[in-house]
Amino acid sequence: MTTTDIRAPEKYVGRPVDRLDGPAKTTGEARYAAEHHYPDLAYAALVHATIARGRITAMDTAAARAVPGVIEILTHENAPAMKPAPKVSLLDISTMASGTSVNYLATDEVHWNGQPVAVVVAETSEVARHAAALVRPAYQELPAVVDFAAEEPNAAPQKSSMLAETSADKGDAHAALATAQASVDLRFTTPPHNHNALEPHATIAVWDGDRLTVHEGTQNFGWLRKHLAKRFGVPERNIRVVSPFVGGGFGGKGMVWAGTLLAVLAARATGRPVRLALTRAGVNHTVGGRTASTQRVALGADADGRLTALIHTSVSRTGRIGGTPEQITSASRHLYAAPNIHLRQHLVQLDLLANTSMRAPGESIGTFALESAMDELAWELGMDPIELRMRNEPERNPVDGKRFARRLLREAYAVGAERFGWRERDPRPGAMRDGRWLVGMGVASAYHPSWKLPASVTVRLSADGGVEVRCAMHEIGVGAATVQAQIAADELGVPLEAVRVRYDDSDLPLGAMAGGSMQTASVAESLLAACRKLKQSALALARRAADSPLRGRRLDELEARDGGLHHGASGETYAEILARAGRDHLEAAIKSGALGMVGMLRERRRWVKAACGAQFCEVRVDPDTGEVRVSRWLGVFDVGRVINVKTTASQLRGGIVMGIGLALTEETQVDPRTGRIMNAGLAEYHVPVHADIPHIDVHCLDEPDPTMPLGLVGVGEVSITGVGAAVANAVRHATGKRIVDLPITIDKLL
Amino acid sequence: MRPFAYVKPADVAEAVQAVATEPGAKFLGGGTNLVDLMREGIERPHTVVDVTGLPLDEVHELPGGGLRIGALVRNSVLAAHPRVRTSYPVLSQAILAGASAQLRNMATVGGNLLQRTRCPYFYDLAAACNKREPGAGCDAIGGFTRSHAILGVSDSCIATHPSDMCVALAALDAVVEVRSVRGTRRIPLVDFHVLPGDTPHVETTLAADELITAVELPPSPAPSRYRKVRDRASYAFALVSVAAALEVRDGTVAAVRLALGGVAPKPWRAREAERLLLGGPATEEAFRQAADAELAPATARPGNAFKSGLARATITATLRELIIEGEAA
Repeated sequence: MTTTDIRAPEKYVGRPVDRLDGPAKTTGEARYAAEHHYPDLAYAALVHATIARGRITAMDTAAARAVPGVIEILTHENAPAMKPAPKVSLLDISTMASGTSVNYLATDEVHWNGQPVAVVVAETSEVARHAAALVRPAYQELPAVVDFAAEEPNAAPQKSSMLAETSADKGDAHAALATAQASVDLRFTTPPHNHNALEPHATIAVWDGDRLTVHEGTQNFGWLRKHLAKRFGVPERNIRVVSPFVGGGFGGKGMVWAGTLLAVLAARATGRPVRLALTRAGVNHTVGGRTASTQRVALGADADGRLTALIHTSVSRTGRIGGTPEQITSASRHLYAAPNIHLRQHLVQLDLLANTSMRAPGESIGTFALESAMDELAWELGMDPIELRMRNEPERNPVDGKRFARRLLREAYAVGAERFGWRERDPRPGAMRDGRWLVGMGVASAYHPSWKLPASVTVRLSADGGVEVRCAMHEIGVGAATVQAQIAADELGVPLEAVRVRYDDSDLPLGAMAGGSMQTASVAESLLAACRKLKQSALALARRAADSPLRGRRLDELEARDGGLHHGASGETYAEILARAGRDHLEAAIKSGALGMVGMLRERRRWVKAACGAQFCEVRVDPDTGEVRVSRWLGVFDVGRVINVKTTASQLRGGIVMGIGLALTEETQVDPRTGRIMNAGLAEYHVPVHADIPHIDVHCLDEPDPTMPLGLVGVGEVSITGVGAAVANAVRHATGKRIVDLPITIDKLL
Repeated sequence: MRPFAYVKPADVAEAVQAVATEPGAKFLGGGTNLVDLMREGIERPHTVVDVTGLPLDEVHELPGGGLRIGALVRNSVLAAHPRVRTSYPVLSQAILAGASAQLRNMATVGGNLLQRTRCPYFYDLAAACNKREPGAGCDAIGGFTRSHAILGVSDSCIATHPSDMCVALAALDAVVEVRSVRGTRRIPLVDFHVLPGDTPHVETTLAADELITAVELPPSPAPSRYRKVRDRASYAFALVSVAAALEVRDGTVAAVRLALGGVAPKPWRAREAERLLLGGPATEEAFRQAADAELAPATARPGNAFKSGLARATITATLRELIIEGEAA
């Protein structure tokens, strides 16, 4: 990745700092949730329902109990009851933590094919899994609605909430479409997807009286702790969640799913520390994934390519027992200056596992439809697809006229077209070849809203000059702690090596969830405030001494560098200040509160904030077999100020890889007869492999967002968006075929 | 995984004796398939006879130009063998098109022959499967059939044989040597696997107490190659694969071997296509017609109806590539 480095070289922000946990991860020293040991650790395995809906009429556990090494088998007949899942309320968003509303093992009801109906606890994981296979539930089956395609026509309007608007109307889009000089009207489908992080979900639960320790890879310390407190009836302070590393989250570890609850339940029931590491199939059967969708995008334009109508509607699903609707039409609120806009989202409820957030929920599949339709309109008009987008670039947010905090999509396309060699593109379909391969080039816009949440951070300065940042963060593989260490080092003017970030434990001040691309900005805001407060304290301490060179100075006159505060040539180190005052440390804390949340929402009313970018894709398509290979990729992104060039590039590349999976290979096969996932494993659920991924060039514009801390904007998800469409548009260019159903597989191109 | 007894015999005689007296026994090679199936509860052997210590791991040249491949030669070793690479490129390419480097390092030639289908309904104990439980029914029919067969299927089973290596061996007229307490016998590879009919649980002509000891290849045929088409660039089973050898003289097909993977319950030797091609013009039109004739009896389902067209395109492309390769040489 390249950026224009305009900052002083002694600063850490903006530099390609190696991630602090790199050596631990590459040497295997990093211990993930399942890798903690307790002397009397017991192992649990789940028994999953094999029907979509019904009641358990009998549970034959005799054969399983007879296996030597089995400690306990918990079913709805004998398990201690958990408290029910709390009702969702926007006043306490932690109520959204519950993956499903099912009270596991407290009911004989089966709500989806794969629901856990028993837990076996044994002396080894092998015995637990073997015995689990011997548990024989009997069922009374009830009719179930599991076929999305069949149910989709019965969808009901999705309600808007404070957090997600689901509809918009401006002008009369239908009338404008009918009279447009050029138009396209396309129906798209996207399949369900499942989380397949490298680390399958695992929990170790340890009770000590009414105190609970949980080892788990989580994307949300706060929600997990609060939810467990509610379900198990203990005070929140009695629960400690330890989570130094998360082996991939992507939204799949943001909520609390059955495995976590049942590990805690099994530990309580047996009086033993219990480890429950899900099998790969177990993850598919108990952790939600992405909804399927159908979408309609209809665009009308005048002969010059100015949009006159934009219609984007969607149908997706939740589970009858819960699920998070996706904001599928979200990007259509922001991307194009159409005078007439109509946006609607619809939902069906199915007897399937609740769906959840997954890899840019909403925007990833929504931009596939919108940006494919824009490309098709460009074909219709005989216009370059970048030019069409530039002609429709809005000055203000199209649906409501709000101001953009900043908008650099034009710049992204200009830089991208130059770097990618867009000029070399022969616009005729099928005109470019490499030997027998058909070559195609496509573009699409990336867009992801930028959020932040309140976060608590404490910073401690020791007499030896060391700095400790304390904030429970989620190290989902992105270098979360590394970038905060860089920020703290710069703000306090200390070497990076002097900063230690403690982040792995819910006993620390709670940061923000690692979701919605908001962790880094949220924590940075509070960290900056804490560092300022700390410097104020240091200065106040110094000013008490008659001989301090800082006497009479104000903080905004000073520069934090060389381990202290300085004014020109005079100044002193923090160590000197603390030593003189006889203090062994100074501490500053920023606490998140309910008011913070209100402030965040108020700010959202003022500004439209987002990360955005331009995706450039080149594909090769085999004219005999329809095999598609992505041969080149460039993403140019506006993610505000780049804190760490290296980790940012990795994250952006990772997002593009996820997008390529969405475009070409990934699909959860839910059998429409049974609701059962038939490809619940990595051999059959096709994430892209190395051979599917070309060199990915990413470039950041590196312009600070004036409304965000340090000008940074979350990097997590923007690069997933637009990828599906960029691939489809490149395939359209190579073959002349518009593929509207994901994934773009061989059979659709033959 | 059900608990089992484990034995590791010192020689072939001891190995075949071990299974002769133990009906619930299974031979263990690289374990890349058997262990997975045991973990899933699909294979439930009482005894596992680990044959990896037996001296069956060498490749020998045969008098007259063929090769004898020990049953315990690792897939990666066979693919990298200089004679295989130069004389039987179709075999080397087929092996390298399968699985992953780690799996190929473990998997043996004998084990590869005995791979079981990857049909998801076979793997899911909650689904009905005649192969797993004779008479239970087949949930694949009417379900997801993207990975399923269109040739040689029955109403009982439409599962495919997953091996790439075996498709090449079918084209190469390989012979499988097997041993039991009753002695040694030789089975042509094309007769080693059987079609499902109404007994899909019977997958090969190998008796339960027979150990595969070697695979023999006759002298190498004309230039050969393997082409595999799948849903991602690597680590996926074939939607369609083609093993082909072709010799063209004066524009006429002088010799041809053709076998298909991903479309049938066994490695599918395309005899009908070969018959039509032999002695005829080496043109794309002739290739297409031969492919169509081979695929004419196909029984397609909604999820795999594309395979006929894909197989025809892949056969045609592979033969075309062999002509180009021949001209270049």
